[in-house]
Amino acid sequence: MYGGGYIFDEPNRNQLREEQQHDEPEKLAAFEERIAKGEKIEPGDWMPVEYRRQLIRLIEQHAHSEIIGALPEGTWITRAPGFKRKLALIAKVQDEIGHGQLLYNAAETLGKSREAMINDLLSGKSKYSNVFNYPAETWADVAVIGFLIDAAAIVNQVANAKGSYGPYCRALERICYEESFHLKQGHDAFIELATGTPAQKEMLQDALNRWWQPIMHFFGPPDKSSSHSEKLMQWKVKMASNDDMRNQFLESYVPKIWELGLTLPDPALRKNAETGRWEYTDPDWDEFFRVINGGGPCNMERLQVRKWAEEKGRWVRKALMKPTEKRVLPVA
Amino acid sequence: MMNNAALTDLIIKMADDELIQGHRNSEWTGLGPVMEEDIAFSSMAQDKIGHAWALYRILHEDLGGKHPDTFAFLRPEKEFKSSHLVEMPNGEYDFSLMRHFLFDLAEAIRYESLQDSSYEPFRLLSKKVKGELKYHTLHANAWIMQLSRAGEESYDRMQQALNQTIALAAGIFEPSQHYEEALIDDKVYPGEKELYHRWLDRIYPVLVKASLNLPEMSAIVPVYGGRHGLHTPHLQPLLKEMSEVFNLDAEASW
Repeated sequence: MYGGGYIFDEPNRNQLREEQQHDEPEKLAAFEERIAKGEKIEPGDWMPVEYRRQLIRLIEQHAHSEIIGALPEGTWITRAPGFKRKLALIAKVQDEIGHGQLLYNAAETLGKSREAMINDLLSGKSKYSNVFNYPAETWADVAVIGFLIDAAAIVNQVANAKGSYGPYCRALERICYEESFHLKQGHDAFIELATGTPAQKEMLQDALNRWWQPIMHFFGPPDKSSSHSEKLMQWKVKMASNDDMRNQFLESYVPKIWELGLTLPDPALRKNAETGRWEYTDPDWDEFFRVINGGGPCNMERLQVRKWAEEKGRWVRKALMKPTEKRVLPVA
Repeated sequence: MMNNAALTDLIIKMADDELIQGHRNSEWTGLGPVMEEDIAFSSMAQDKIGHAWALYRILHEDLGGKHPDTFAFLRPEKEFKSSHLVEMPNGEYDFSLMRHFLFDLAEAIRYESLQDSSYEPFRLLSKKVKGELKYHTLHANAWIMQLSRAGEESYDRMQQALNQTIALAAGIFEPSQHYEEALIDDKVYPGEKELYHRWLDRIYPVLVKASLNLPEMSAIVPVYGGRHGLHTPHLQPLLKEMSEVFNLDAEASW
């Protein structure tokens, strides 16, 4: 399969069948019963229009996050210090692009082409994880991203891998397997700096301070302000609430960060012994929405890089789409 | 008794080519014309950089050279022996692809010749990289064929890219100023001239199948200089970037 281009029309538009425009109550009931029993929904199965729509949105944004997420770390491949780090980082970023590919394939089973998804990414219609709209300023940022952002992503993806849509779950299982290596890679680089020279420690602490808010934003707005998630949880599109995932992340990783003698820029951050849950200062949610809507420090740069890649690669994709066209050789 | 200075010279130029070509390949990560090519170039970047690392380790462990990280990341530009071909910026995909084709076929031929080298570390390494290079050359050949056969624009770009890269690629085979005969006499490798001819024999059939015109090679002046420290203006910025973090504190562990 070729693609990646915003230059082509979406080949399989309007594929929703007429009867699916109005979900039929019996079919809907049978569908919900299957999900409740833990069955997986497969591409040819009947599904409500809204289920399809939400899944496309979810998987597409996940795919975009993988390929856009490759950019901040990718800029450090050429600067990674030493052979070991350099090779690990290239392999890691390569995996992320591979995840994008897997996820676009999974989303395509729902009837939206890769070209259409990339178009929507480039036009700004379709979003990607906010966390990638922040710059990776130093090598320590690579360690923080590799350790903590990947850890956060794993929390989210392990949950989603138990969801109801077969192709997405299978893609996620493979992704989680690879992500666990990324986490090790990030953790290793993180520890190296945390236990290194004073300048290395300072560099790491600075990166941690800058990334903390984007990391807290990563799981999305607090449950109390999130809309429409009940139906999505019933359909097993969304598998855990934002606050639960955030809490799970804090539970697993804050102690690891503190153990290394590092601090986190939130004086209110603590585990409540009675409730067993973590308490923290709410990150600035206005900033979160500002960045989602294009106002982050790197939104424009990220999309410009993708546009460059799409425009410069246009002739290649065009050539691939006509593999049978032969250049006519003069006979004499 | 092997001539260590000659071996060192040969290893450094091979390793530097691999490192710089790998660096260039890695710059495609996230930017390829299709995602599948991002992945392919990243994968080849790892292999090339891995080959460079293996060669620097031979230098370090067998010939008294510096630690590979120090040697690769802190050496001044004039001590590099990379060819001008690999130093050139990536340009567009046509240039990068043609360079990949010409470089990787040359690399494959070089390692094939080392399977019979009198120098054991070369024999072991060539055995190890053989499988990787098989895929690199398969990839290069398949894309050259496909893009040369897919319409005017694509064909023209391939031919242009070949015209731009051929003299640079011939520069891979710049003979050593001092050690060529010693290396041939010691049966370390067959020498640059011989490799050059084997390379022409290998690239020619692919180009013919792709209907690309190989320029008259006798009229081509190979771009030499890299093997004795004369480089393009592109190498210094690349090295500066590569060592940016390592140089913050070369004594620290990263």
